[in-house]
Amino acid sequence: MTEERLKDGRTAVLLNMGPSHPAMHGVIRLILELEGERVKSTEVEIGYLHRAFEKHAEAEPWNNVVPWTDRLNYVSPLINNVGYCLAVEKLLGVTVPERGQYLRVIASELSRVTDHLTCVAANAMELGAFTVFLYLIKSREVLYQLVDDLCGARVTVSYARVGGVKADLPAGFEAKCRSAFALVRESVRDADRLLTKNRIFMDRVEGTGIISREDAAAYGITGPFLRSTGTPYDVRRAHPYLVYDKLDFEVPVGSRGDNFDRYLVRLAELEASMRIVEQCFERMPDGPASVELSELVKGAVMSDLGKAGRISEIAGKHVLTCPSLEGSCDHGHAGARGGGPSVVLPAKEEVYGSIEGLMNQFEGVMWTWGLKVPAGDAYVPVEGANGELGFHVFSDGGNRPYRVRCRPPCLYIMAALPKLINGGTVADIIATFGSVNMIAGELDR
Amino acid sequence: MELRKVEPAAVFETLAALKAEGYNVLVDMTAADYSAQGRVPRFGVVYRAACLDLETGLEPKPRVEVRCETDAEPGLRSVRQLWPIADWLEREVWDMFGIRFTDRPDIKRLLMYEEFVGHPLRKDYPIKKRQPLIGPKEDPENPVNLNKEKQRVEYD
Repeated sequence: MTEERLKDGRTAVLLNMGPSHPAMHGVIRLILELEGERVKSTEVEIGYLHRAFEKHAEAEPWNNVVPWTDRLNYVSPLINNVGYCLAVEKLLGVTVPERGQYLRVIASELSRVTDHLTCVAANAMELGAFTVFLYLIKSREVLYQLVDDLCGARVTVSYARVGGVKADLPAGFEAKCRSAFALVRESVRDADRLLTKNRIFMDRVEGTGIISREDAAAYGITGPFLRSTGTPYDVRRAHPYLVYDKLDFEVPVGSRGDNFDRYLVRLAELEASMRIVEQCFERMPDGPASVELSELVKGAVMSDLGKAGRISEIAGKHVLTCPSLEGSCDHGHAGARGGGPSVVLPAKEEVYGSIEGLMNQFEGVMWTWGLKVPAGDAYVPVEGANGELGFHVFSDGGNRPYRVRCRPPCLYIMAALPKLINGGTVADIIATFGSVNMIAGELDR
Repeated sequence: MELRKVEPAAVFETLAALKAEGYNVLVDMTAADYSAQGRVPRFGVVYRAACLDLETGLEPKPRVEVRCETDAEPGLRSVRQLWPIADWLEREVWDMFGIRFTDRPDIKRLLMYEEFVGHPLRKDYPIKKRQPLIGPKEDPENPVNLNKEKQRVEYD
């Protein structure tokens, strides 16, 4: 904290908030110019969690980027997985079977629930409501256990992969999910009772951190933040992807664009997301969850067909190589290979249970040999928990991305942060910053 | 989605015209370095604009992607005055690719720190390159050796 004497004789105080501050959700630095308790101007400094995600992505095979997308928004990693895979699949021209799309929707909505629970919980805790935090985090924990059942990890999930998902639902998932939702609903009701008409909470959040819908649009703000201003923009509605156009869901909106509206919008979205998952359970068809591995043809047979010029019979087929990776089955005839490595990685049961599965997996992840994506670029937006999460992938036809761009939704809100907190008091920063739900992982990448 | 390829000098006019047509959101702005493919000029810059109806939350017109190919110098004219978010997006593109933006007084890195040298998303920036981290200034009496093995804490 430093004091500076202004030209007109008043003193202004420069206050450093962060980068290490309990309410800064990770690491971010706000340089505030204060006059008394009022914030005169704000400078936002980001980048403390920069991990070179985009640079790293250029150095790894396509599928190996998926685990890194977990680390972008680590509160809702499943949505990041889905977004990246959809972008690569758009470039590949591959569509995941319908069941796989439903599974991805279920995964995304589970993540959205955990994200909103975390945001509301952390926001409440920072304003002193520690009980609410415990209630909500307890129900988030139950959802994390569901995610663990689904993917084998609570946070670093890597569930979606190019061409499908890691695995279908485990046994008894639906029943577990419904009972988890009952608990979430109960704790959301508790939070609602504890906060929504609570004088202390209301005084802190009502009328603070206001932004108009025009300003929000000019800053490219999306998600619950934009919806709290009354604009019902939702990527799931405006640019439907997966099976969202077949599902009925509400897009809750606020009217004033203040912290209280954002809190209410998030609470309403929790319920909306859980209803989507329940609908998915009812409507989900049977069938494969991932793109089928292309049909296997023995290498020697394929080679013979190729020599005979019957390319059409082997195009798109997958070569069944001999277990030793030697002999006539491998590289039998230049050009006689089918589609090369399959688009999708095989299920883990196959990988550990059969030699073909193991080899397919190996081919899929092997250096300079994995999945090859046609040259070009594709941008796919999905509705992340904070707004429009976009992945723009560029390929030069090689086995690794030429460039991956992630459009992180909270970057846009953070850019508008000075507009939200200037003119308010220092105490309002905590309430506003909490409702921004900044996730440093995706902000700094 | 509509794609428009323009000359670098025409980017500002194209985007200003789009803004006047009701494209009120700059969804994204990013670049790619094509020098590894030997392309001249080396950078491709993409602007993505959307026309968002604030009442219905839908986009009545398709999104427009404005693309141009440019070199780092003289760069592009800033579109900060059209959409305030362009300020940060341009800072990021400058930081990562070193593409200049004219018509804005100063430009600061967004993600990297001030002392960082170079632009990391350029293809000629080695991925394993190390740069000294900012941190406590070196104390001549207790020199800090960054390469020193991390001290191991023994737990019993």
